[in-house]
Amino acid sequence: MLDFPRWKVAGIWLLLAALVSLSIPTFIPESVTQAWGINLPRVNKGLDLAGGSYLLLEADTNDVAATRVEAMREQVQTEMRRQNPRIEIGEISSRGGQLSFLLRDPTQVDAARERLLQITGTGAGMTGQRQWDIQVVDTSRFVLTPTAEGLKQAVETAMGDATEVVRRRIDEMGTREPTIIRQGSNRIVVQVPGLQDPQALKDLLGKTAKLEFKLVDVNADPQALAKGQAPAGDQILPYPNNPSGIPLIAVKRQAIITGDMLSDARQEFEPQTNAPQVSMTFDSQGGRRFARTTQENVGKPFAIIVDNTVISAPNINEPIIGGRASINGGFTVESANQLAIALRSGKLPVDLKIVEESTVGPDLGADSIRAGILASAVAVALVVAFMLVTYGRFGLYANLAVVINVFVILGVMALLKGTLTLPGIAGFVLTIGTAVDANVLINERIREERHRGRNVVQAVELGYKEASRTIFEANVTHAISGIIMFVLGSGPVKGFAVVLLIGIATSVFTAVTFTRMLVAGWLRRAKPKTINI
Amino acid sequence: MKLLKLVPDDTNIDFVRLRGLAFGLTLLLSVLAVGITFYKGLNFGVDFEGGLMIEERFAQEPDLGRVRAVVDSLGVGEAALQPFGDKRNITIRLPVQQGGDEGATNTAVRKVEAALAKAFPGTEFRRYSTVSGKVSGELIRNGVLAVVLAILGIGLFAIFRFEWQFGVSTIVAIVHDLLMTLGFFALTQFEFDLNIVAAVLTIIGYSINDKIVIDDRIRENMRRYRKMEMREIINLSVNETLPRTVMTSVTILLALLALLFLGGHVLRGFTAAMTLGIIVGTYSSIYVSSSLLISLGLRAQPENEKPVRGGSVADNAERVGPRA
Repeated sequence: MLDFPRWKVAGIWLLLAALVSLSIPTFIPESVTQAWGINLPRVNKGLDLAGGSYLLLEADTNDVAATRVEAMREQVQTEMRRQNPRIEIGEISSRGGQLSFLLRDPTQVDAARERLLQITGTGAGMTGQRQWDIQVVDTSRFVLTPTAEGLKQAVETAMGDATEVVRRRIDEMGTREPTIIRQGSNRIVVQVPGLQDPQALKDLLGKTAKLEFKLVDVNADPQALAKGQAPAGDQILPYPNNPSGIPLIAVKRQAIITGDMLSDARQEFEPQTNAPQVSMTFDSQGGRRFARTTQENVGKPFAIIVDNTVISAPNINEPIIGGRASINGGFTVESANQLAIALRSGKLPVDLKIVEESTVGPDLGADSIRAGILASAVAVALVVAFMLVTYGRFGLYANLAVVINVFVILGVMALLKGTLTLPGIAGFVLTIGTAVDANVLINERIREERHRGRNVVQAVELGYKEASRTIFEANVTHAISGIIMFVLGSGPVKGFAVVLLIGIATSVFTAVTFTRMLVAGWLRRAKPKTINI
Repeated sequence: MKLLKLVPDDTNIDFVRLRGLAFGLTLLLSVLAVGITFYKGLNFGVDFEGGLMIEERFAQEPDLGRVRAVVDSLGVGEAALQPFGDKRNITIRLPVQQGGDEGATNTAVRKVEAALAKAFPGTEFRRYSTVSGKVSGELIRNGVLAVVLAILGIGLFAIFRFEWQFGVSTIVAIVHDLLMTLGFFALTQFEFDLNIVAAVLTIIGYSINDKIVIDDRIRENMRRYRKMEMREIINLSVNETLPRTVMTSVTILLALLALLFLGGHVLRGFTAAMTLGIIVGTYSSIYVSSSLLISLGLRAQPENEKPVRGGSVADNAERVGPRA
């Protein structure tokens, strides 16, 4: 129990030295380490300490479902016409999350089913479940219902893409070290430290940035339009800047160009008026399509649509074959820039809503750090003094363990790239208190055993042995609550739990093994007849 | 050097005899705590209520009535004001904004900031946070779930490691600590937010720690003194561990008091909850959980691995229920 072979002593010192040295980079200001050009692992400050914004974005799964039905509708229409013989579709409607259509010719039911089977995919994910349920009612009406499995997979895909788009957009803003994590099935957590103006970030994330070019239907009757009636194959869209006065416009459903055909988008200034505008470059496919359409429709207007709102509807004066176009429409430099970023980073496959948000000003963060450090220092000082007057030499050993423990926790946190939050600091202070508890248990036990008349070595041996069991039991239960906090907690609770769990592990080691080694060394050297404890 | 001893050696306080008194007091306080909690309710933070919280720092202590008048004139709903930390920090609580999207919330935050900056020059923005009603519901559910799971998990651990009576008495004591904490928050109307849930879980962890140490000693003494009466064993165990119980509580309280007075106002609620929890937890460790063991009919039983002298099998069987 008390004999420590030399290798063991060396090992313990080495391990502690290594962990403590890991905490050093955290104390060096970031500006200094960057100047040296080294990137050492360090403990990052949480948003509540660094200042910055936290956003929780949630996708509307119904929105995913609706988009999917719409996409299927287009697919069905093209598929039925693509091969010979053409299958004529009567009415087609997508309502209540289902797609249903009527065949003009009931004898083509089997052929239609064949083609549907091809486009609805055979299986979803690993389970091999179908993504769509195909039913035929009244001999010639098809009803397509998305299966739960297929929908789940679609949400999963959409969320993966959305997370990527969000990351690209935030990177474009040039903020430092944003954290973007998916949470649960339909949420994304965004944390941007040191951001002073969360407004721009939110505007950017709030844009779906679905870009479409569609031809304007010039034959639509303005009176009918005002009543919301549009010719077949058209849709009515809001057009706030419409020069004709009605804030609505009828466009063809079929899009000429969609956002995924863009290769680039930039904010520029229009040469004549110097007004901010967004200029776009198409990829080869987009360029070709745009050239063809503009050739066929010279003299007619087309609508530039972002997120289902028409921004402008310029006339096609001549064929545009350079694969470039620009949008003007009452932009400021900021709004043009934002739209350009949004278009560049691609459209969000699903609308995201901000369901939780918090922003901490930088002054408050600085105040919190100051207060936290002061409180921790005072707490350590009080505890150290108290242990010293209570246990003398043994208290001194316990104090050594506690001080080392503080740095070891920081070292482990740096190693895990942990984030220190304000509740984390509280967890820290509390760990100082509980770390002492192990030594209190041991020392009280030694006192007791001396009281029972055992000699020094026996008392120390027994004290450590008996107390170790108790310490283990107590810390396991403590760890249980820490783990539960970590799993179920969010934000502050999680930050607190991390520190607590690390603290439990390190404090058991420092308080028991490390102090035992110190005591054993002293007993061997001094061979005291009696101890003052 | 004379060392400090908070608790003299060989204390011999008859805790078990004081049991009735302690139970009465505990019951009374628990009923009071539940009553206050129901009557006054908890002052939930935005985390749990949903809504919007803005903290501003004023150049000098503002007149709350004027601040309220300024905010209420903006048409963003009824504001609840609370000085936070020192008198110059004010938190403004607003209900979930109509429209429910981020736009409405932003507008509200900006409106409030602009209006306050105009009415009170030198006002600084400190922080704000908004939570939608849906998310706040989830946060409540997770918080409650975390507390319940923690209690159950630890109770199970105590049952497996010790006897069932230990598990039950531990859980009862923890629930008592929990009620006291809730009562305290209802009484003071401190804001009850996610940080407080973390504090509650910590209190649970600490309180358990305390009880396990005593339970451990009871178990040890049960093996050591086979012939001793249960009440004596419990008295002895609590007295033996008393120096440690007091020492540890004092140490942690020292650390907590440093946080309470110097740790800044953001942590104040958390630290207040912890401080109360440590005091209550220590009390319940000494009285509630250990004495409850007697009421639950825990009795010394010979260890299985050692041969038992005399007595029939029935005598060695575990007895549950009150002792005749």
